[in-house]
This record gives sequence, structure tokens and C-alpha cells, in this order.
Amino acid sequence: MLNPFQHLIKKSYTMKNENLYNYILGIADNSLILGQRMGELCGHGPSLETDIACTNISLDLFGQVRSYFQYATKIAGDGRSEDDIAMLRQEREYKNVLLVEQPNTNFAYTLGRQFLFDIYHLAFLKELQKSTDLTLSAIANKCVKEVSYHARFSSDWIKRLGDGTDESKEKMQEAINDLWAYTDELFHQTDADKAMVAEGIGVDVTKLKDNYYREISQVLEEATLQVPGSKYFQKGGKQGIHTEHLGYILAELQYMQRAYPNMEW
Amino acid sequence: MSEEQIRSLERQFEERIARDEKIEPKDWMPEKYRQTHIRQMSQHAHSEIVGMLPEGNWITRAPSLRRKVALLAKVQDEAGHGLYLYSATETLGISRDEMYEQLHTGKAKYSSIFNYPTITWADMGAIGWLVDGAAIINQVPLCNTSYGPYARAMIRVCKEESFHQRQGFEIMMKLANGTPEQKDMAQDALNRWWWPSLMMLGPTDDVSVHTEQSMKWKLKRKSNDDLRQQFIDQTVPQADLIGLTIPDPDLKWNEERGSYDFGEIDWDEFWQVVKGHGPMNKERMKARVGAWERGEWVRDAAMAHAEKKQVRKEKQAV
Repeated sequence: MLNPFQHLIKKSYTMKNENLYNYILGIADNSLILGQRMGELCGHGPSLETDIACTNISLDLFGQVRSYFQYATKIAGDGRSEDDIAMLRQEREYKNVLLVEQPNTNFAYTLGRQFLFDIYHLAFLKELQKSTDLTLSAIANKCVKEVSYHARFSSDWIKRLGDGTDESKEKMQEAINDLWAYTDELFHQTDADKAMVAEGIGVDVTKLKDNYYREISQVLEEATLQVPGSKYFQKGGKQGIHTEHLGYILAELQYMQRAYPNMEW
Repeated sequence: MSEEQIRSLERQFEERIARDEKIEPKDWMPEKYRQTHIRQMSQHAHSEIVGMLPEGNWITRAPSLRRKVALLAKVQDEAGHGLYLYSATETLGISRDEMYEQLHTGKAKYSSIFNYPTITWADMGAIGWLVDGAAIINQVPLCNTSYGPYARAMIRVCKEESFHQRQGFEIMMKLANGTPEQKDMAQDALNRWWWPSLMMLGPTDDVSVHTEQSMKWKLKRKSNDDLRQQFIDQTVPQADLIGLTIPDPDLKWNEERGSYDFGEIDWDEFWQVVKGHGPMNKERMKARVGAWERGEWVRDAAMAHAEKKQVRKEKQAV
């Protein structure tokens, strides 16, 4: 006999998957867009060593993206590939935070953006390691090693540039001041986030906030930089409402898939 | 030191090389040996660094995540090659900054192939397959060259290059077996990169100025023309395999020689590009010099920070 509640069970199952799918995208899109930004710099860094490091960070981030999206294809189960998910969504469907799409205005902005994201990213991944979703916790286990290195690299550079020359201090301070407005969004929750936290799968990012600002402040102080006092923040990325930069990022990211649809590479 | 003594040292030096012994940084070496190695090794390092630009150009537009990751890794390898080739060259008594200066002022050269533009995705395949393929042919003999640090660097470089070459060929194969548009893209890339790749193996033997001395020092083991023939003989069957056509109407198997005969290379184009008037010479230099200048404040800050740290450490010690 058919279970009279079958349709409800199915629906709740689908909803759970939809939340999980959106949750994965929310994590992966940050790495995707930041990886794309770091990839822009390849061959244009201030020294060979920093060039290699930035390329390496980009490489790590895209490796992470592939793990997440390969998992997302299984959750979606609709035949889409990791590339379809990465490259064939519309602008409003990307869920990355606004911070990661900010441009490489100069090396201070690049490293400032990296630093403000890395400290969050590392704290996030350490929590995600505890996820009841074994795939996500396995991905987090792998990523946490890479991101520890990113955080050390970017923190060291914040200190070098902050406590370097007058010129570097000014540039680093300006970058931190400008990027500060995008930090608060890191701790916002979408509906999918809340649902996944309730399931024990997701990370409650609201709990990471205080420690984040504490860690950031410590590094900035060591770098002899001011901790910005501004209380005005920008948000929207997690809801797909982006800055004007994202369209151009996607124009490059999606170019081949759009210009030559349905082909294998 | 008397002339007699110098001649004796030179004799011993040449004998060591003839016995296949490695020359190490602290060993005595003729000034010409030192200068020739600085020239060739720094040129090699510069080629790696400038070579990052045409491929770096496609990182943000790679057609799939797998290709993007592979391309990033490849360009990163090239930066790594540049790094240890610069380090190996520094053992000869020149600093990396001096070498950059020579690159930026045009005194030092880099491989001319990187003065061609990468205009489609297939160029990533063509560069891996043809450009890295020609580079390997040039470089494998250097794994046994007489200068120790260079030989050791080249062993690692060659391993990675041969991986890059297979990766490039695989990109081409995929395109050649793809849709008609993809196949056209692959053929077009082959058409544009074929002749410049042949030029990579250097001018013909009758006009090559460095060959004889370089042979003696094992900086070179085969002549440019022999290397070119080797490259052609190796590459033509690969093109056949994936159904692409080498853009040379004179290309023909010569039974007697056991090699392919091939058409005339446009040496005017080669010299035009070498002399700085290729399609991308100015852009490539602008990119390198621009990155260097834009990075100056960053490098200055790193130096200033290191000095401050040192001072603090000393104060603490007191």
C-alpha cells in the first residue's frame, strides 16, 4: 500500500537536497570567484616569488571548487557537469560574497582581500570539518591545510606592507579601509545556511564573527595599521545581488562555454 | 697569474670537460665560459618568465575547470623554472636584479616564440605540443651540459616540460576530435605556430654564430639543423595521428634520408621578431617592465620590513 504521505516525504527530501545544493554553491562560489581574481595576476606579480604564491593560491582555490561542484553535481542529479555549474549560471545565481569579487586595484588590495577572506575561510573550514556530511567534512579536511598556508602568506604580507615604508603603509591602510565594508557579509546567513546548520551539516557563521574581528585586529595592530571603525557594510552577494565587477568576471569565466556551447574540452 | 699559468688552467679545464666532469660554481673557469653561460642561462630564465604571459592570457578564459587547473599549474611550473634558472645563473656572479635589468633594457634576449599572440584556446594546445616540444629537443641535451648547476636544473625542467608537451598534445587531440568548429580552431593554431616553432631551433648552421664553442662546452650537442629535423620527424606523425595538416606544401617523406624534406623557412620574419619587431615584442616587454615597476613599492616595503625586524631582534638581544 502506498504511503499517503509519500508526496510529503519526497518533498522534504528534495528540499533538503536543494538546501544542500545551494549551501555547497555558497561555499564554492567564493573560491571560484577569488580563484578567478588571483588567476588574473599570473605573470604580473611584483616578484617571481609572489607571482608563484598567488598562482598557487588560485590553483588551490580552483581545486577546492572542483571538489565542491563534483559533489554538487551528485546532489543535483540532473546531468549537469561541474563546468555547467561553474560556468553556465546567470549572474544572479552566483552566491559568492562581495568581498571576493573586488578587483586587483594594486597589490595591497589583492593581499588585503585575500587576508580578509583567508581568516574567515580558515575558521569556516575548521568548523566544516565537523560536518555530519562526510563528503563536506572530507573536502574541508583537505582544504584546511591549503588555506592555513594562504592565511599565513596573506597575514605576513599585511605585516610587511603595513610595517614597511610610508608608501606601503598608506596603500595597505587604504585597501583595508575600502575592503572593510565587505567583511560583515561573511557572517550573514541564507535560508539554505540556516537549514544546513539545523541539520548539523552547515557551519553557523554567526558564531565565527567575534573571533574573526579579533584575529583581524591583532594582525592589523602588528602591522601598525588602524582597525577601521566604519559601521557601514555592504551585502547582497549571498543573495545574488553583486557589485558591477561580477559581470566582467563572468564574461571571462564563461566566455568559452557561451561561445562554443555543448562541446567537450 | 702568468699567461703560462692561465693557459695551463685552461688546458686542465678543457680536459675536465672532455672527461665529462661537471664544472661547479667555485671552480676556476675561463671568463668566456662564465659569460657565455650567463648569457644562455639568463636567456633561458627570461624565456620562462616571458613565456608565462601568452599562456597566462588564457587562465581566466579556460573552457573547463580541469583545463583551468592544468593551465595554472603549467604556468606556475614555468615560474618555478624561471626561479631556479635565475638561481643557477646567480652562481656565476650576477644578481637576479641585474638580469632583470638586462631583460627590461633589451640587452638580454628571450625566446622569440613568445612574441606571437595567443588568440584562441587552441593556442594553449599548440604551445604545449609544438613550442614545448621544440624546447624539449633543445633542452634534453643540456641535462648533460658541463656546468653543474645548469645541468641539474635542466633535469627537473625537462621532466616537467615533457609533461606539458603531452598535456598540449592532449588539448589538440581533443579539439581535433571535436566539433568542426573545434577542429578548425586546432588547425588554425597549428597553421600559425608551426613555422615559428621551427624557428625556435635557431638559425641554420651556416649562420649560427655560437655553435662551435657551445659544442665544445656541451652547451650544445647537435646543430640547429639536426635538432630541427628531429623535431619535424617527430611531430609530423603526431599531426597525422590526430588528423591535422602541417601547413607546408613541400613537406614530403624522403625515403633515402629517412627524414622529412620541408619547405623554406621565412628567415626574414625570424630576424624581424628577434630584432624586436614581432607582433607582441612591445606588449610583452611592457607587461614585464610594468609588473616590475608597479611592484617596486612592494619590494621596497618587504626590504624595509625585514630591516626593521632585524633591528628589533638586535635590540632585544642587547
